[in-house]
Amino acid sequence: MRIVFKTDYMQDIRPWKDRYQLVLYLLLLTLMLAAPFVIDAFYLGELNNVLIWAIAGMGLMVLTGHTGQASLGHAAFLAMGCYTNIILMEQGLPFMLAFPLAGIITGLVGMVIAIPALRLHGIYLAIATMAMSILVDDIIVLTEPWTGGVGGKYAPSVNVFGIMIDRWGTPREFYYLTLGVVVVVTLGYINILRAPLGRSFIAVRDSEVSAQAIGIDVARTKAISFGISCAITGLGGALMGLFAGAFNNETFSVIISIELLMMIVIGGLGSIHGAFFGAIVIGFLPQFLSLSKEWVGSVFGGSNVAIPGLEFGVFGMILIAFILFEPMGLYGRWLKVRTFFELFPFYRKDMFKRQKSYLKTERLR
Amino acid sequence: MSFLELKDVTLKFGGVTAVDNLSFSVEEGEVFAIVGPNGAGKSTVFNLISRFYDPHNGSIKFDGHDLLKSKPSGVAAFGVARTFQNIELFDQATVLENLLVGRHRHRQSNFLTELFFTPSVKKQEVQNRHMVEEIIDFLDLQAYREKRIAGLPYGVRKVVEVARALATDPKLLLLDEPASGLSVEETTDMRWWIDDIRRQMGITVLMVEHDMGLVSGVSDRVLAMADGAKLALGTPVEVQSDPAVIEAYLGHVA
Repeated sequence: MRIVFKTDYMQDIRPWKDRYQLVLYLLLLTLMLAAPFVIDAFYLGELNNVLIWAIAGMGLMVLTGHTGQASLGHAAFLAMGCYTNIILMEQGLPFMLAFPLAGIITGLVGMVIAIPALRLHGIYLAIATMAMSILVDDIIVLTEPWTGGVGGKYAPSVNVFGIMIDRWGTPREFYYLTLGVVVVVTLGYINILRAPLGRSFIAVRDSEVSAQAIGIDVARTKAISFGISCAITGLGGALMGLFAGAFNNETFSVIISIELLMMIVIGGLGSIHGAFFGAIVIGFLPQFLSLSKEWVGSVFGGSNVAIPGLEFGVFGMILIAFILFEPMGLYGRWLKVRTFFELFPFYRKDMFKRQKSYLKTERLR
Repeated sequence: MSFLELKDVTLKFGGVTAVDNLSFSVEEGEVFAIVGPNGAGKSTVFNLISRFYDPHNGSIKFDGHDLLKSKPSGVAAFGVARTFQNIELFDQATVLENLLVGRHRHRQSNFLTELFFTPSVKKQEVQNRHMVEEIIDFLDLQAYREKRIAGLPYGVRKVVEVARALATDPKLLLLDEPASGLSVEETTDMRWWIDDIRRQMGITVLMVEHDMGLVSGVSDRVLAMADGAKLALGTPVEVQSDPAVIEAYLGHVA
């Protein structure tokens, strides 16, 4: 049994509660830093993919998990980040400038788009944002001179402080670039969450009417949340483009939007951990499925039978199972397991029972 | 010049007149209660002061400011805090986080300083926590500090809502039925707390309440309303013996 004895307000303000937790996170970081020397190039690529999805997931988590605004349009911002990054580099900007600018521009555009979207709630907002996701496909085709239209574009190698980084040529360096972005985004996210802005997001999510009464400008807070969310998603999109190597109007389809939303629900809405857990599920599910298909094939025969839509089917079933049994997602489950061990042997079966509730989406009055 | 002053305020929803030409004023440092049967327009008056509704005519002034010129989210900046009849807490957050949100109007930091969590933000956060802890002490919420609202009993939630309103460091506190749904003991606690809020913290209290024991126990003046209009205004004893009030509650004597 472990008890954190608090003696200082800083213990609640710092991102870690005590030294034990800090050591754990540092250990995780060390593991991530050591990964390229331990695992082979294929799995390093997979891990890289998971990290990129985690960035995109954090982007959506700001908006949906913490501000309670459902969005089915985030693939549009992935695309915007991706194309902005590439187009800026083609204009001669170095990657180190084009990349953050891609995030900032996507964030600003997101904020502008948020202004009409602010009047919409719940499912209507989801539909409106989904329309955006579909629109962006056509916009990319229509603006062919810049975007390459249906023919698409190829991502060049990028130069970071004199080191050439390329998905295929130097996967190890690319991995470190992604890891660096993940660390920076996560730290920024943590900082915002423990400051008044992050708390105002949560306030808007849980009760708009009392947020207003406390002096929080609901519309402004939502717009800022949209901006931050789209900026992070844009960064994720830029990396996703570089990682994919080639992309066109169909790369960032509405399916990606839906996958992204499912991902953070499975991971656990309302926590940064959730974005990572969800990314692990979505990143490794295809590998897991092909491995288990091989296994089933070797036992029962017929391993080369292609099952269309298998991945989405399994993904959908996982989602349904989570909504039914664990609305707080993988992170919620993890909290229970952790509490079990921390309180051992005093954990009671129904300890979290009263807290089993869905995150409220927005409502007014 | 009164502290809070409503003058000729009228609000209509379609054909229904929710508040009908209502005028009253609250003086600094008093506890002012509004009573009346259900549907009398008591909560609507609160929502008008909070700027959730725009009155059709009339004026609402607080501490020299014209509230009607401010946005709903701007009212708190003048020092007006409120609770809700059906508790409106941030359910998925802890008690501590709820109270910290209450400090929002004292935010000095901006997006960039918060993104980097500069020393000034850190200092502000410690200061916020310090203020919140004083309120936790005041309302005996220590046991619930780290608990999520979603798992808390109703009586505690009622107190947390008062605590969150106090965390904004208000000059005027609007309590919408602070004792509804509370047990006899909890109501007694609430009574002493309201007394202390006025005496120790010097906060003016305007409340809507049905529990006449609580109303006559703490309030200096009472406004009785029916059908959106003023019935009687005076000390609790005066209002309770007013024939118009008795008629509104009990009906005509045939």
